[in-house]
Amino acid sequence: MLNSLLAACNAFKEAVTSTFIVDNRYQIFLTGIQNTLLITVGALAVGVVLGVLVAITRVYYLQYGPYSFWKSLGRFLKTGRIEYLSQALQKLVNVFLGAYLTVFRGTPVVVQLMIWAFVVFSRTNELVVAIIGFGINSGAYVAEIVRAGIMAVDKGQTEASRSLGLSGLATMRLIVLPQAFKNILPALGNEIIALVKETSIAGYIAVTDLTKAASLVRARTFDAFVPLLFVAAVYLLMVLLLTAVQQKIEKAMRTGDRR
Amino acid sequence: MQMQKTSNDKAIEVQGLRKSFDDHEVLRGIDETILRGEKVVVIGPSGSGKSTFLRCLNLLEKPTAGRIWVHGEEITSRKCKVDDLRQKMGMVFQHFNLFPHKTILDNITLAPVYKKIMTPEQARQKACDLLKRIGMLDKADTYPNMLSGGQKQRVAIVRALAMNPEVMLFDEPTSALDPEMVGEVLELMKELANDGMTMVVVTHEMGFAREVGTRVLFMDEGVILEQNSPAEFFAHPKNPRLCDFLSKVL
Repeated sequence: MLNSLLAACNAFKEAVTSTFIVDNRYQIFLTGIQNTLLITVGALAVGVVLGVLVAITRVYYLQYGPYSFWKSLGRFLKTGRIEYLSQALQKLVNVFLGAYLTVFRGTPVVVQLMIWAFVVFSRTNELVVAIIGFGINSGAYVAEIVRAGIMAVDKGQTEASRSLGLSGLATMRLIVLPQAFKNILPALGNEIIALVKETSIAGYIAVTDLTKAASLVRARTFDAFVPLLFVAAVYLLMVLLLTAVQQKIEKAMRTGDRR
Repeated sequence: MQMQKTSNDKAIEVQGLRKSFDDHEVLRGIDETILRGEKVVVIGPSGSGKSTFLRCLNLLEKPTAGRIWVHGEEITSRKCKVDDLRQKMGMVFQHFNLFPHKTILDNITLAPVYKKIMTPEQARQKACDLLKRIGMLDKADTYPNMLSGGQKQRVAIVRALAMNPEVMLFDEPTSALDPEMVGEVLELMKELANDGMTMVVVTHEMGFAREVGTRVLFMDEGVILEQNSPAEFFAHPKNPRLCDFLSKVL
């Protein structure tokens, strides 16, 4: 019994050495961690900026619209009033944004990534393509999160602000968005955590992320156990850290609320 | 009361006001003139359109048809600058709508400072004066969630006053308050009335209508069915639906 336990420990020690020490294979994992973080942060930056812009545009249209493109265009041609042209353009933009949201939330990220890498940007650095691909995909989800957060703010707030004479823009900036923030943060935090894990498919377009690193090492050592379990543990650690930060932020925001 | 009906004296004029929400017509042709300094109280059953009527006056609701003038300026015309109009009209809501992420002081000074009608120091001074008037200066740096309903509504009134409006619109200001707090809010509104403010008040508080109102309007199903001085209105109602309504609420 003891012999087989000792044998198992030795085998494990062998596997770990082979996975990390031999040929400095730990460096592959380091590259993997670095790339995973880079993609996550980059995609987040792209996604949040994109998502917020899309959300605010859609919220504005939802408040004042809906418009018919042809009717508005017709009115513009008849009267020459800019507001009708603006209405027609708004309709156009919002149909386009609707399509963006539908397509990018309705297709798998991995397929989107491969289209970006093999069809669109065939000559660009893969890491950049990954950031763009994940960023645009995230943007669609963030847009819906932000939109929901904004629309969850009590309508009375907007009414009170507009009644005081504040413009729509000022109202959004000073009154609505600060309050929407509290609604958005939990869902956004979840999206970030999901993104970290989503990046694990970057290997499909030849980016050495953390998961791909495990595959590369596995190919060389013929041992699947150590690299995969290690990588899983790293992902878990990242997620736990992010979750802790998210909970801290949510707690801090709650101190203002009535008990 | 004899009123000079020159256009200078008309605070608000409404002609043929109609408002529909999709297929439902809520306002079915309202004609009304409100003179400077009047305190017009609008009463009626729920669904009668009184809140919608009030909200059309500062264009929170966009009329489907009809024209409205405020101090001689047609607000239903395309040229009307809505934000500038709303600066001149203060509105007080049933559910207060104070900004929860700002202190009481910031709630009051936000609009005047942003719209640059006062410097921050002037706004602060004015806010403190107004808070002193309602005996809440000590609450200046607290947040709305620490206040009672009556306090919140009084702050809301003061917030609207900080913009130096010419007309104050009240949409059922006491309907969401516990009974013991209704009085303090009505008191403040009475003071405002005595200072000469033009007021349009939608309310169920008949006592207020009697004491402070210069004219009482009864609305039902989107039209004004009867209006009179408070004394006449309550003592000798003529419209049968008004009689019915009053018998239920008085």
